[in-house]
Amino acid sequence: MHPAFSVIFLTTLIGTGQGLFLALYTSESYSAVKLLPAQSGVFYAWGSAIAVVLLALGLATSFFHLGHPERAWRTATKWRTSWLSREVIVLPAVLGAIAVYGVVHALGWNLTLFGIDTGVSNDLTLIIGAGGVLLTFTLFLCTGMIYACIKFLQEWSTWLTPVNYLLLGTASGFTLATVYAALYAPELVYFLGGWAIIILLSAFVTRTASLIRNARLKPKSSLQTAIGVRHQTMTQRSQGQMGGSYNTREYFHGAPMWLFRSIKWVFLVLVFPLPLLLLSVGMNNLSVAILLSAFLIQYLGLLMERWFFFCFNESIMARCYDRAQCKTRLTFWAQTGRSPGIFPGLLPVPASRTWPSISSMCWQMAVCLSPNPEPVPERPLPT
Amino acid sequence: MTQLALVIDLNVCVGCHACVTSCKEWNTSGMAGSMADDNPYDADPTGTFFNRVQTFEVGEYPCSETVHFPKSCLHCEDPPCVPVCPTGASYKREEDGIVLVDYDKCIGCKYCSWACPYGAREFDEHQKVMKKCTLCVDRIYDENIPEAERKPACVRACPTSARLYGDVHDPDSEVSIAIREAGGYQLMPEWGTNPANHYLPRRKTKIRIHEDELVRADNPLKKETDRPTGPIDEPTLDDVTSW
Repeated sequence: MHPAFSVIFLTTLIGTGQGLFLALYTSESYSAVKLLPAQSGVFYAWGSAIAVVLLALGLATSFFHLGHPERAWRTATKWRTSWLSREVIVLPAVLGAIAVYGVVHALGWNLTLFGIDTGVSNDLTLIIGAGGVLLTFTLFLCTGMIYACIKFLQEWSTWLTPVNYLLLGTASGFTLATVYAALYAPELVYFLGGWAIIILLSAFVTRTASLIRNARLKPKSSLQTAIGVRHQTMTQRSQGQMGGSYNTREYFHGAPMWLFRSIKWVFLVLVFPLPLLLLSVGMNNLSVAILLSAFLIQYLGLLMERWFFFCFNESIMARCYDRAQCKTRLTFWAQTGRSPGIFPGLLPVPASRTWPSISSMCWQMAVCLSPNPEPVPERPLPT
Repeated sequence: MTQLALVIDLNVCVGCHACVTSCKEWNTSGMAGSMADDNPYDADPTGTFFNRVQTFEVGEYPCSETVHFPKSCLHCEDPPCVPVCPTGASYKREEDGIVLVDYDKCIGCKYCSWACPYGAREFDEHQKVMKKCTLCVDRIYDENIPEAERKPACVRACPTSARLYGDVHDPDSEVSIAIREAGGYQLMPEWGTNPANHYLPRRKTKIRIHEDELVRADNPLKKETDRPTGPIDEPTLDDVTSW
């Protein structure tokens, strides 16, 4: 898959915003039963404002990957079948719930609806917040299910996908909440930082589980089932296009192999052990700078994680294309300068060229996807 | 219920791309507007096509054969691209089973193309909407053209009649008979999409002749003469009672 950067920013920003809100609400409910010192309404109001800004930024970036953003209102119509439509409905609802939660805190409406002695005499925000939490979890589910519901994309089609969205988003939100608490409510730092570490560790387990699962995945489809010819050796001679098509642009990430291979290890370090270390050091020293660097490094790692999440997925359709051929064919065209004429995909094949076979493509893919990839030898270009 | 579809005979497709150009010509001239066609005579020519012909070499030279493989939307009976569409722009027509995109509702989020395992959908870079084969829905019902011509443009263009068109739910239609009798198959049946379009496999027409069949063995005298006959009162059994 060729990842759209707007989708990468959308999923990471709303994940952090949702996580931040969950962290605020968790600390408020703990303080309601006097397990934590109560905070002023201003603390929650500004925290909610940050969460709202993050969600709104995510919503705004999501428009950039649409061909017709002016028709975006139509996306709310097919919620019965489409997870994307459900996300489009739930996202503004979460945004609204968090905004209301923050506004009620800012205005200091200490209403006691049920008359329970909660210590803060303010269960209105707790009730609004509970609705927000429910919506937040629904939004995590919707975001994850958008990818998990496509059964052909086997790397995504697993329950681990929504779980990873939930845990990674919550972890980064709790880390941000720790930074926020270090600035304005130092007594919450250990509580929020501790939860951030716990969630981060569980996210590490599930994300690693999905990486291992995907590395061991057996593709259900092959070129044989794609064209219905039962033969072990097949070579693609023409892709039906000259300069690439939507399919070759959309389903191949086009990133250099060294980047694609290394980014998995880079994001694993940036998302998990490094923030873990910085969080524990920052918590003990109450250093805002260290905690902030933990959040920023983790967010950078999450951007990479999301990029890898999209790139890693090879559409089964992509298996019908000889990936190595995509490049060499164009290079040949560029070198010879021959006009393609009106027939797409009909180009004389140089006799000296040994075209990579489908089996070699599968081997290359297996190498790319294996945990310890071997270097792929460079093929000489035709002269 | 009607399910219109194409049946493509890989045994006779010669990979001439006439269906590709005819498809593009018809559909780029329709009221839906032109289809993207960038740098057609320059470096990196690209554009939107509803139909493409890929070519595969099956086996290894010299024991190989060439398979030209036209691919377009298969109009699945259980299309995975339709339920994921958030706007309802992608839909499957009840009356004839054609899967269509409403270009006025499509927001161009490309989600449907991810959900299509066949890669049949192409995003139009100029109109910014998702496009795909319409089975020439603006042609097959057009009463202004002669009835014999109310077929998809690719079917009309194919010089070898490799493309058949009809209702695959009607057991007596040309396409159903072809599927039944020539071993028509669906693509990627493992996903349960139940594509309406079928493909007819490559097949060899062979006749087995033994050597003794080339030599006339029932003429022991090696002469084209009247055979000797036995006495008239003897029972005869042509060619069997021997001389």
